[in-house]
Amino acid sequence: MGLPHPTAEIAPDADGFFGRFGGRFVAETLMPLILELQEAYESAKQDPDFHAELDALRRDYIGRESPLYLAERLTEALGGARIYLKREDLMHTGAHKINNCIGQVLLARRMGKKRIIAETGAGMHGVATATVAARFGMECIIYMGSTDIDRQQPNVQRMKLLGARVIPVTSGTGTLKDAMNDALRDWVTNVADTFYIIGTVAGPHPYPAMVRDFQSVIGQEVREQLAEKEGRLPDSLVACIGGGSNAMGLFHPFLEDESVRLIGVEAAGEGLDTGKHAASLQGGSPGVLHGNRTFLLQSAEGQITDAHSISAGLDYPGIGPEHAWLHEVGRAEYVAVTDDEALDAFKTLCRLEGIIPALESSHAIAHAIKLAPTLPEDHVMVLNLSGRGDKDMTTVTERLADELAADAPAQ
Amino acid sequence: MTQRHDRIARRFDELKAADRAGLVTFISAGDPDYDTSLETLLALPEAGADVIELGMPFTDPMADGPSIQASTLRALEGGQTMARTLDMVRVLRERDDATPVVLMGYYNPIYCMGVEAFLAEAAEAGVDGLIVVDLPPEHDAELCLPAQAHGLDFIRLATPTTDARRLPLVLENTSGFLYYVSSTGVTGAAAPSAERVAQEVEAIRVHSDLPIGVGFGIRTPEQAERIARFADAVVVGSALTDTVAAAESPTEASRGVLELTRSLAGAVRRAREPVTQD
Repeated sequence: MGLPHPTAEIAPDADGFFGRFGGRFVAETLMPLILELQEAYESAKQDPDFHAELDALRRDYIGRESPLYLAERLTEALGGARIYLKREDLMHTGAHKINNCIGQVLLARRMGKKRIIAETGAGMHGVATATVAARFGMECIIYMGSTDIDRQQPNVQRMKLLGARVIPVTSGTGTLKDAMNDALRDWVTNVADTFYIIGTVAGPHPYPAMVRDFQSVIGQEVREQLAEKEGRLPDSLVACIGGGSNAMGLFHPFLEDESVRLIGVEAAGEGLDTGKHAASLQGGSPGVLHGNRTFLLQSAEGQITDAHSISAGLDYPGIGPEHAWLHEVGRAEYVAVTDDEALDAFKTLCRLEGIIPALESSHAIAHAIKLAPTLPEDHVMVLNLSGRGDKDMTTVTERLADELAADAPAQ
Repeated sequence: MTQRHDRIARRFDELKAADRAGLVTFISAGDPDYDTSLETLLALPEAGADVIELGMPFTDPMADGPSIQASTLRALEGGQTMARTLDMVRVLRERDDATPVVLMGYYNPIYCMGVEAFLAEAAEAGVDGLIVVDLPPEHDAELCLPAQAHGLDFIRLATPTTDARRLPLVLENTSGFLYYVSSTGVTGAAAPSAERVAQEVEAIRVHSDLPIGVGFGIRTPEQAERIARFADAVVVGSALTDTVAAAESPTEASRGVLELTRSLAGAVRRAREPVTQD
């Protein structure tokens, strides 16, 4: 299937801007490297061998294509739109993250880099990075906030088993944004032999476009699968958003189809009015961080504030610049869902479909649960089930301790 | 349009006439608190700082090492704001109209304040130049060109990764001086080899008449002296902020910074003196 054909690209422009968002706001040390990466990516896009290798790995290593599953019991319970789940949770390593990592590691190899670095929040991107580094025999360093290390132990162990070094980040506030700062510092220090695999559609150009292209396989498959199952385009697409890579991958192949509603679901944490949330679009303002201009959680003085979400994977104070642009021009809708709503949706999917979703994806499910009953039965909604919930068992069992201690199943 | 003071150009002319390198000292505005850092700032020229680099605190200083990151967070913790940073420059200007002040930091706090508002206030306060680490020449229209229109120099960083193909672009709109980052990596990293840096600086001189300041990893008077033999200025930051971090009281912090400045200034001044045989 390959990457989207260049003519299908709507944005960014040559300087990496989606409207006023995006760009390359990085230290001079990194600029030559970023330009080199862009050149390597442009050349890979034109190279049939690159596409062939990527396609083979997607099929035989990742397990693509991922199923498009009609969630009958969920649909019936909600009494409205027909809900399909795009099963990225079934892909190797348990989430969509691998789609991007496999693409970037191939680029790293093309560029002759021997050392891979990445940052991770929930650990899924770290696991996917450690996986591809192992697969291609490269040294791998993962930066992870110390708080996240505590709440995502299983993923930390997985990364170590895969041969990666996990470096706890205690600088700043010890969260994902600080892990990204430290990864950028490592990159600046080791520019000659190091490739930085950014895990979401953020960072300096060309990362937002490149990660989107690698993730667009999700939306492309949905297009083809739904044509087969329903003979038409979906009416709405729903996906959760931290940085926004699974959402961008689902949305992008449909950007020019005006009839398709695109809905991104941010993490409202304890509520948008509490200040403890991770909703950059609805609770933030435009600013410049980590190499791009986008919506950020920040003070009036331009100091970055902490994000909060029950899901470590959504706990980032920014969002990919293409989402900021789609929000500004009104092409996509962005809503937010609280920790409690996400947790309820998590339980609902477990009980109705026998699928334990990631807490990230549970945000998308929570919004579908609100929206679907208001829509007609012939409305076709595709929800991106971006990852599976094994990694979240500690968080969930702590929050649901009383229910799980009871003899009866959790309600 | 604000009147151009050219304090930076005049200072480098004076240094050239005296045949010595300048000392550029970095402190974070508001570290460890407003009063202490203001007191330090006011005393820096007398202690031997030829140019003052004043850090605008930002929560996420990606290109800085742990030392400057910690100093910026101490300042924010102490309630430092952009308004207070500019106030510090105003107070300095009441007493000292000669020492150039360069604000160093990241783009976001400037962007949030509004570029025009920031530049107007900075120029009025008596700021002479800006170093904004995350604005490469590709984004000159954002701040570099507007800053120059306000009479402020825009000092850019060149690094060992800036190759011959890219150097002209980096030099194109740089003014005041060129800041040569002597090693890849963050501020406070290992000391560079003076011989290698000397060659790199000479290679840049072929393309530019701008004075060249060298920084990153210079901590001791001995290191400063070696760099000062060939560079137009030596930049020291992390070693000074470490002194603040290690101090047991604000008074001690200020005293420590000024003592180190004095010994660095002494080293920079004697770097090109002929070696006398006893």
